[in-house]
Amino acid sequence: MMSGTMSEIHDPNAPQSTSDLANTGRMDVSAVLDEGRGVVVPESVGEVVFNLDDVHVFYGDFEAVRDVTMQIGRNEITAFIGPSGCGKSTLLRSFNRMNDLIPGARVEGLLAYHGFDIYAPDVDPIEVRRRIGMVFQKPNVFPKSIYENVAYGPKVNGMKVNMDDLVEECLTRAALWDEVKDDLKKSAYALSGGQQQRLVIARCIAVKPEVILMDEPCASLDPIATAKIEDLMKELAADYTIVIVTHNMQQAARVSDRTAFFTADVDAQGVRHGRLVEYGPTRSIFTAPNDPRTEDYISGRFG
Amino acid sequence: MTTATASSAPGGLNPLRQTKPRYGEAVIRGILVLAAAVSLFTTFGIVISVLIPSLEFFAEISFTEFLFTTTWTPLFANPQYGVLPLLMGTFVITVIAVLVAIPLGLGSAIYLSEYASPKARKVLKPTLEVLAGIPTVVFGFFALEFITVYVLKPIFPDIQVFNALSAGLVMGIMIIPTIASLSEDAMAAVPSGLRDGAYALGATKRQTALRVVVPAALSGIVAAFVLGVSRAIGETMIVTIAAGLQPNMTLNPLQGMQTMTSYIAAAGSGDVPTGSIEYKSIFAVGLLLFIITFVMNMISIRLVRKYRQAYQ
Repeated sequence: MMSGTMSEIHDPNAPQSTSDLANTGRMDVSAVLDEGRGVVVPESVGEVVFNLDDVHVFYGDFEAVRDVTMQIGRNEITAFIGPSGCGKSTLLRSFNRMNDLIPGARVEGLLAYHGFDIYAPDVDPIEVRRRIGMVFQKPNVFPKSIYENVAYGPKVNGMKVNMDDLVEECLTRAALWDEVKDDLKKSAYALSGGQQQRLVIARCIAVKPEVILMDEPCASLDPIATAKIEDLMKELAADYTIVIVTHNMQQAARVSDRTAFFTADVDAQGVRHGRLVEYGPTRSIFTAPNDPRTEDYISGRFG
Repeated sequence: MTTATASSAPGGLNPLRQTKPRYGEAVIRGILVLAAAVSLFTTFGIVISVLIPSLEFFAEISFTEFLFTTTWTPLFANPQYGVLPLLMGTFVITVIAVLVAIPLGLGSAIYLSEYASPKARKVLKPTLEVLAGIPTVVFGFFALEFITVYVLKPIFPDIQVFNALSAGLVMGIMIIPTIASLSEDAMAAVPSGLRDGAYALGATKRQTALRVVVPAALSGIVAAFVLGVSRAIGETMIVTIAAGLQPNMTLNPLQGMQTMTSYIAAAGSGDVPTGSIEYKSIFAVGLLLFIITFVMNMISIRLVRKYRQAYQ
């Protein structure tokens, strides 16, 4: 399963030379500023995993996300914040081509993963999704046992591994092992919401992705379960690149290294388009935002 | 503190009392109870009307002869009442029908729910439902005049004109819409989050459909299968027309067979004198048929409940 149409993409587990990444992935920050897109990237993100250049996302004729240019750094937690309808989830779902499943959805511009265009015609979305996993708002455990939930991804990807070891490793990594080790054969639906979400994270890392996309992962959880997921995210950031969409600004401030603030602009026809307003280290976004719209949003004056 | 609230005021009327009678409530309640009672009493009435002649039948013919002997000739001069040939006919034709209907029905359901574009679904689903609206008598003649003559005869030259195979195949086609439509409903009810979860792990469409959506919809799919089987067991017109009316103790589908239903239809529409043992045999076979479908329904309810429990 590893070889195939996208074999030129880096295996996340393989040693990578930083020089070719620097050549293909990293963008000159001054160029972004010069083009006047209103995006301020105060410092380099380091090793670039995602490079977005002038990305637009459409649903049919509707342009949900307009003109996003940014880079996402390796082993960082990047938070997307912004009011409802600002396109942040839509943009996140285009990182692993989940938008392909929605008829009429398409992406324009360059969305590159380690320098390779995710939307190039020869790219297999299945290979993309194996490397770029996703956790959703509602814990979408499968109607199977806890064990089978974790084993599903490795099985469909034909991974030759000792499944018992892998299941234990992933559940341990997701801080769930001690709670479920005696109930692995039980239905995943028997778990609480917070446990289900940690099971989904375990299931996600079982296919050994490099990136985990999280679309409001704590939206349906109580504060205690949320705190557990946030702790888990910080631990996982040592090995994974995490991009999280959240409505909870405190969460973005607590967990993320970098924050991107999106908002919805209304054009002359009265149609809303999501746009990136400001992107930078989380501390500066929350303490000294450059754009008055960011300041209004984080101080609760709108959205 | 003495407060003169309305409710505690001595001699005053409680303002919370009901002031207007609500006749409408009682009338609606009565109508609804009546509606529910009609189906209950009908079922009860059918059971009684089948049970009484059947008991009279078993007063004359032993259970052992009825259930374990292999000749069914109630209308002959020397009548014999071994129901096994009718059971065998029902069994063979139902198995053929199920072998046709389950793969094709489930296949169409998976295609409609997981693969078809919205445009294709818009055309295909109503077409499938038209198939469900065709009268079974039309299916019967389709089996007899087309399937047997133009499809089966060239393959099996020694096939009988009336045969179980054509009846079973066409009955299978008839129950495809039942199985497809109910299975598709069950799969469409699977939350799209489960599909997203599978795709996000790098699953293909096939792996998502077969390993996530179908297992998640299993209770509905099993219910669809059992309903399809029940329809096959109870179907009368196709077998009466196409399978012949010879009670035939055989597993060879190229021969004619009689099912429980087609015996009931044929004997019931013939000139059997009321109250005779032949007449009562109709009800005995009917009772057996009733018990079989009743057990099938119990099994389906059990299965549905079992899978539901596992997945909630």
